[in-house]
Amino acid sequence: MSVSSTTPATTAEELSEGGRRELPQKRAKAALSEGKRQERRLGWLLCAPAALVMVAVTAYPILYSFWLSLQRYDLKFPSEREFVWFANYATVLSNGYWWTAFGVTLLITVVSVAVELVLGMALALVMHRTLIGRGLVRTSALIPYGIVTVVAAFSWRYAWTPSTGYLANLLSDGAPLTERASALSIIILAEIWKTTPFMALLLMAGLALVPEDLLKAASMDGASAWQRFTRVMLPVMKPAILVALLFRTLDAFRVFDNIYVLTNGANETSSVSMIAYNNLMKGLNLGIGSTMSVLIFLAVAIIAFVFVKLFGTAAPGSSDEGRR
Amino acid sequence: MADIVLDKVTKSFPDGTTAVHGIDLEIADGEFVILVGPSGCGKSTTLNMIAGLEDITSGELRIGGQRVNDRAPKDRDIAMVFQSYALYPNMTVRENMAFPLKLAKMAKEEIDRKVGEAAKVLELTEHLDRKPANLSGGQRQRVAMGRAIVRSPKAFLMDEPLSNLDAKLRVQMRTQVSRLQKQLGTTTVYVTHDQTEAMTLGDRVVVMRGGHLQQVGDPQTLYDRPVNLFVAGFIGSPSMNFLPATVEENALRCPMGELALDDRLRRLLTAADAPRQLVLGIRPEHFEDAALVDQAGKGFTFTAPVDLVESMGSDKYVYFSVEGGPAVAADLEDLAADAGGADVPHDRANLVTRLSAESRVRGGQEARIWMNVDKIHLFDPSSGRNITLQEEEPAGVAAS
Ligand SMILES: Nc1ncnc2c1ncn2[C@@H]1O[C@H](COP(=O)(O)OP(=O)(O)O)[C@@H](O)[C@H]1O
Ligand SMILES: [Mg+2]
Repeated sequence: MSVSSTTPATTAEELSEGGRRELPQKRAKAALSEGKRQERRLGWLLCAPAALVMVAVTAYPILYSFWLSLQRYDLKFPSEREFVWFANYATVLSNGYWWTAFGVTLLITVVSVAVELVLGMALALVMHRTLIGRGLVRTSALIPYGIVTVVAAFSWRYAWTPSTGYLANLLSDGAPLTERASALSIIILAEIWKTTPFMALLLMAGLALVPEDLLKAASMDGASAWQRFTRVMLPVMKPAILVALLFRTLDAFRVFDNIYVLTNGANETSSVSMIAYNNLMKGLNLGIGSTMSVLIFLAVAIIAFVFVKLFGTAAPGSSDEGRR
Repeated sequence: MADIVLDKVTKSFPDGTTAVHGIDLEIADGEFVILVGPSGCGKSTTLNMIAGLEDITSGELRIGGQRVNDRAPKDRDIAMVFQSYALYPNMTVRENMAFPLKLAKMAKEEIDRKVGEAAKVLELTEHLDRKPANLSGGQRQRVAMGRAIVRSPKAFLMDEPLSNLDAKLRVQMRTQVSRLQKQLGTTTVYVTHDQTEAMTLGDRVVVMRGGHLQQVGDPQTLYDRPVNLFVAGFIGSPSMNFLPATVEENALRCPMGELALDDRLRRLLTAADAPRQLVLGIRPEHFEDAALVDQAGKGFTFTAPVDLVESMGSDKYVYFSVEGGPAVAADLEDLAADAGGADVPHDRANLVTRLSAESRVRGGQEARIWMNVDKIHLFDPSSGRNITLQEEEPAGVAAS
């Protein structure tokens, strides 16, 4: 990854190298390119350890689950193991449970990310503008993000438990976690509560990139506070917003902990990660479980692709203008 | 179009710094006024208060006769050009210039017409559909100007608009800004820390230091009749020579020798109740090669070893260092700090003179130099006051 910044120079060098092959007598230049080549070799050597670790911890499991997904492989019936090509995919993709879970996952992702974006932006603006007690404001805003998700999920569960939970008694008389709509709302609420600070932090980094002069110029040009926000701040922050959205969308799509603790997938509240887990770990069906994992991986890859290619999301700080 | 009046305007920041101390200034309708002073003297703060980007702590600001202290920037009908240009990076040149008009809900054709006109004046027509990132510094600067002029506002405020350009472009743009201002006749307040820019551009120049006005006047007045050491040293390039001078019975002793005190000077010294130790100021062009002066008797002639000669073609800059040490005054230290604090040896004073091109003065040799005594200024080292201005009618408005 870290060598990517040297790529343009390398290509330029390759080009000039191609030209040089026709003029082999230019020794001085050849010597220079020898040095460059060594530098490149050193570059590769330096990232080799990181690359190896990446291959070991990500590429191998991904390829292995893909391999498993092409087989009928249920640990309860190990003797029936068989290579079935894409039959598992057909099974999963024609299954109603999968699509329900997919819908639930999409719903949670879209709603929670949208709400987080709005709240996170508000929080970021507050943190950016606060002059007094800045440290305190920032620290307290980040507390939810610092709590382990499972722990937070349990406290939400107790809060919503009828007769003992303070929220359940306050807001309703039924058992909200046992009805689909309210359970999903609570799951989304828990997600939002937990990760809005992260969103705010990413957006605050983007806010810092908006030059003060630009906002002053906009006020001179007659823009109201809202117009300054929508016409100047948001467009300038767009790269940071997209990165924040990308991170959070990918994260939200894999939602697991909150559902596991709050409902355990009851009343059709399972996410795709939940049912993949159920098939793999509870059902011990390696073939189907792996198929689901691969499908989740594909969905995540598509989301990332859409963000990067269609919206032009770039790493913060890299010059993204004109790259589309 | 409107006049702008600052009435004892003060700015204190929440952290306790007072950046502007009760400034009084009247800017006439259509006037081009320059705020000049060293970095940190409160120029931008003053401009931001006129713009409405900073609250006014006390005092009153009137634009076109109306008190505007509590009006938001957008309700003051003023345009501003920033040093950073502050162009909207996501908009094309056209959209940048159209932005204030769009916000004012102007009709589409009207916007197109105005943007087109401004683009023509500023030679931006072929760049209208480009993004600021793809423009040169000079072009960006012109877009910033364009965004200001399309609105035909009551006044323009410019905060060091040319500082980010290279020297040559800066000179070109300077004339363009000046021409544009004359053409439009819009009241303009222009901030710069560059005294050359201030002298060449403005109808009137306001010299500021440490949040106080030092002197307000047209460029020639500031140059010829500076009210104090600071203004004298800040205006002019190369700057005025400052030398220690001691008042004796009938003479003024300075490093070049003893100057006879004529009636005028003696009267001024008595009137001002001047101390015996003074600072003598004289500009480089008030020296001449003694061989080229006819009425040498009228001035003062001295001999000194030449350090260096710089021939400029039209004239020569000749540098001397004279025995007797540099002048000491608080104001001079401020000036030196602003100029970057050139290290001067402590037993000799440097003298910069501008002689005619015909002068035969050579480096390393002794030269006989004539000095126009009528042009000397005498300053009180503790207050910095220009004593030589005393009895004459006041030159511009001096800050108390
Ligand atoms: N927001 C602020 N808070 C505190 N002090 C400030 C602020 N802005 C400017 N100052 C101080 O006010 C003084 C004048 O600043 P400024 O008007 O920007 O000077 P300049 O003449 O260089 O434009 C400086 O000493 C600066 O440090
Ligand atoms: Mg400034």
